[in-house]
Amino acid sequence: MISQFFILSSKGDPLIYKDFRGDSGGRDVAELFYRKLTGLPGDESPVVMVTARGGHHDGRHFIHIRHSGLYLVATTWANISPFSLLELLSRVATLLGDYCGSLCEATISRNVALVYELLDEVLDYGYVQTTATEMLRNFIQTEAVVSKPFSLFDLSSVGLFGAETQQSKVAPSSAASRPVLSSRSDQSQKNEVFLDVVERLSVLIASNGSLLKVDVQGEIRLKSFLPSGSEMRIGLTEEFCVGKSELRGYGPGIRVDEVSFHSSVQLDEFESHRILRLQPPQGELTVMRYQLSDDLPSPLPFRLFPSVQWDRGSGRLQVYLKLRCDLPPKSQALNVRLHLPLPRGVVSLSQELSSPEQKAELGEGALHWDLPRVQGGSQLSGLFQMDVPSLPGPPGHGTPTSASPLGLGPASLSFELPRHTCSGLQVRFLRLSCRPCGNTNPHKWVRHLSHSSAYVIRI
Amino acid sequence: MPYLGSEDVVKELKKALCNPHIQADRLRYRNVIQRVIRMPGVQEYIQQPILNGLRDKASYVRRVAVLGCAKMHNLHGDSEVDGALVNELYSLLRDQDPIVVVNCLRSLEEILKQEGGVVINKPIAHHLLNRMSKLDQWGQAEVLHFLLRYQPRSEEELFDILNLLDSFLKSSSAGVVMGAAKLFLILAKKFPHVQTDVLVRVKGPLLAACSSESRELCFAALCHVRQILHSLPGHFSSQYKKFFCSYSEPHYIKLQKVEVLCELVNDENVQQVLEELRGYCTDVSADFAQAAIFAIGNIARTYTDQCVQILTELLELRQEHITTVVVQTFRDLVWLCPQCTEAVCRALPGCEEHIQDSEGKQALIWLLGVHGERIPNAPYVLEDFVENVKSETFPAVKMELLTALLRLFLSRPAECQDMLGRLLHYCIEEEKDMAVRDRGLFCYRLLLAGVDEAKRILCSPKSDPSLRLLEDQAERPVNSWAADFNTLVPVYGKARWAVISKCQGPERCGPELPNTASFATSGPLIPQEDKERGQDLPDSGALMLVPDCQLTAEYFEKTWLSLQVAHQQVLPWQGAVHPDTFQMALQVVNIQTIAMSRAGAQPWKAYLSAQDDTGCLFLTELLLEPKTSEMQVSVKQSEARTETLNSFMSVLETVIGTIGDLKS
Repeated sequence: MISQFFILSSKGDPLIYKDFRGDSGGRDVAELFYRKLTGLPGDESPVVMVTARGGHHDGRHFIHIRHSGLYLVATTWANISPFSLLELLSRVATLLGDYCGSLCEATISRNVALVYELLDEVLDYGYVQTTATEMLRNFIQTEAVVSKPFSLFDLSSVGLFGAETQQSKVAPSSAASRPVLSSRSDQSQKNEVFLDVVERLSVLIASNGSLLKVDVQGEIRLKSFLPSGSEMRIGLTEEFCVGKSELRGYGPGIRVDEVSFHSSVQLDEFESHRILRLQPPQGELTVMRYQLSDDLPSPLPFRLFPSVQWDRGSGRLQVYLKLRCDLPPKSQALNVRLHLPLPRGVVSLSQELSSPEQKAELGEGALHWDLPRVQGGSQLSGLFQMDVPSLPGPPGHGTPTSASPLGLGPASLSFELPRHTCSGLQVRFLRLSCRPCGNTNPHKWVRHLSHSSAYVIRI
Repeated sequence: MPYLGSEDVVKELKKALCNPHIQADRLRYRNVIQRVIRMPGVQEYIQQPILNGLRDKASYVRRVAVLGCAKMHNLHGDSEVDGALVNELYSLLRDQDPIVVVNCLRSLEEILKQEGGVVINKPIAHHLLNRMSKLDQWGQAEVLHFLLRYQPRSEEELFDILNLLDSFLKSSSAGVVMGAAKLFLILAKKFPHVQTDVLVRVKGPLLAACSSESRELCFAALCHVRQILHSLPGHFSSQYKKFFCSYSEPHYIKLQKVEVLCELVNDENVQQVLEELRGYCTDVSADFAQAAIFAIGNIARTYTDQCVQILTELLELRQEHITTVVVQTFRDLVWLCPQCTEAVCRALPGCEEHIQDSEGKQALIWLLGVHGERIPNAPYVLEDFVENVKSETFPAVKMELLTALLRLFLSRPAECQDMLGRLLHYCIEEEKDMAVRDRGLFCYRLLLAGVDEAKRILCSPKSDPSLRLLEDQAERPVNSWAADFNTLVPVYGKARWAVISKCQGPERCGPELPNTASFATSGPLIPQEDKERGQDLPDSGALMLVPDCQLTAEYFEKTWLSLQVAHQQVLPWQGAVHPDTFQMALQVVNIQTIAMSRAGAQPWKAYLSAQDDTGCLFLTELLLEPKTSEMQVSVKQSEARTETLNSFMSVLETVIGTIGDLKS
């Protein structure tokens, strides 16, 4: 059971504080949490912390998650399941996002009443009652306060609602960040469904170019504004197969290692036609999660060919990076950013880049190379020269060597691949068999995206 | 919130609670109950509406009313348990609404806290199992927790239950999967193959959680992976790549992953894992780099040659923060794996230029002192330290230097005599720190006793590294941690958890952990032994063992070597030994365990000590040969007295007999 729940801003200001059981002293607990968090010794983890009073642990546990820069914290006296509690906190974060439009400091402080009302329904006396949107909506009276009026035609910036990409440039579209329960009058606007296939790619490439690890974490996420109870069918690529043994069709199948589905998904047509049937509640829902490691059907999106020249005598370091994009020619990668940690004490940078729209700069002991747009099949290069006066190294003569000095690398890439999935999984169709509600057809948005979670290349 | 505190509002609420119309409106009813319940002075008005609420037609009201019972009970403090209410709540376990059912369990648990919580008997357990599929994920996780305290009557029933639970191992919620896995582990505690099978099946969900987008979930999963690895070292070996760190992960996750990598290493993946760890050693974050080096040091206990090679290469980087940790790792390694001494000694020259911190200097000086005869320039390195001893800030380094130089002097007297004299002079005459001065005087007097005497004391045989320290036991049985699975214990780590729960007020930890009693293979042992001690020992009159006799391993060893065996006996023993159980049982009768082999080691050895109220020491060696089914006991006594020796033997015999009975 949970004793207290609170939300802190990234600076530690309490935004929401709720005491469920009245068994623990007041609001200063939130402050205590933040003090503990900031003063934590390096080798302890912040996820679960215990309070101490007068040198003794009094056995109150803080368990928190960080979500969009906010701390969602629960305190408890019991030795409870960390998995359930962490899942509950994430679920609360999703719910708040659903009801307030998006989850951030501004929306929370604008909708304090709504948040308290939600918490009252979700938890009673510290026990979870329900987190299902369709049950909650019967009891929630307060309307969300939204900052900007919503316009359907503002589609220029349609991004993804849930994907936490590294770049803030892909802002969530205003369409997807609308609260689920926006004003009940404009029924026509509510008929929208967003279906996103999002894959996170983590890759590790050794310095000799051999592939050490490939991991794809995929999710099919749905955000529905349709009235609850309308059924939908999602058709996946027919060649989709699960596990190593199964093979379908004649071509190279689209294979994943493991799949798990949301409990509301009905799988009776999955075996035969790869169709998922479900009646989604309003709000956000992860329909399917899958993992794939090591065997990728398509080539990796990027290869990096670095060469390092290092003249120890004069302290001159020259790094030549060649980046090849192995996507199909019609695809492109956006917001590509290469991050290369440099040895300590690098003072100057001179650069020669292969095209004008690129940018490179030094910052926080690393080189950042920004490539806003990389077309499939293209090859880009950059030559960087730096002075490293204080670099210690193996005893050598002042001749240039190709051995890389300490502190250089590994390079990590971050990027987004719109309309591309690394596993090859595609949504064939999204059919709604909804009762005629209103006279407009629901809008359906199906989007595919891959982005990097960790794309590391050793140098 | 205006309704708090104001008299008028209280009156208003009292009126509202008696108003039948308000009671009919479930939303308002709920809000009133929820808010009023913690206010003083209105409690007598609440009782009736809550009882009515239990029989309300709307499930929504019943949910609130059921939890309201618990709130009401806790408000009254130590009031007696209302039997009728408890019966009503038990009957509500058959309610149609799944949330009402779960709330009933929670409410009963709180009301019956003093009596050990809600009772799960066979009909209730099976009823709950059948309703499981109707619950949402939170309800399922909670019910799985309550089911932990149910003991199936027969093997058949047990496997029926396990079959019913099977589908929850595939749930998409990590909380439910882990809850089900724990229930499996606890129920099947007598069936190791079922336990192993379950751990294989949760591997997928755990690994998925380890690469989850939520870092916090990932962390919790990694902690549980480590827990499993303690019992099944090879369990995640083929998935080792999942535990490679990525650049953007926070520090605490990286540290956990490095620990995991350390524990899952085996012949097939050792090359790749070491290469990966080597990459971390040059990480920008010094803390992480050092953690990686220590990890390589851990792996070196098994794969010595490869690791020493890597560590030696790291020295060539000439980085302060790397060199100091590598030297510390070498020091620990030389003691555990003496075969690598040669390689370490070759690598050491030159290190002294890149060590500035106290820990690193101590390690280097120790190595130079102990193995100085194999390092040609050892005296000259120590000489530099002696030269700069005046500017040395750490007393610990000076003490280490004294001991090391004295040791080296014994093996290479010609080169060391002069500087040893200078060092002793400085330490005794000029040093301000008392500890260092005392150590200096001690060394001086030791030398006065003669070189042979000093040699005997300083270079006497070292303790046997195959006798691992107690906290370093590997391969614990699954049952030793099954009760901690899916709780906060693995997340904090067992050692930290012990500190936390010890410091906690006793009124907190009692009722909150009701399920511990139902588990624990060694559970019945303690009360049983307690009784025995209570009856036997005072009767015998002759022997009273002191509870807090704390011998150090060194003192034990010295005393053991100096004494003659007073008594030798052979006791019957079947099968393997569980060191944890053994240690706990011995502690109950105030026998302290000094050292013990790992479970399954052959031959298995243990060293015990005890002291009676007259100060007489009993030192014991237990030896279990794999072939014979006998345990050989040898006891040494610091003062020869037969009657106390006999009563000590009878105590020991009872303990060993009891453990033997328990196992069979």
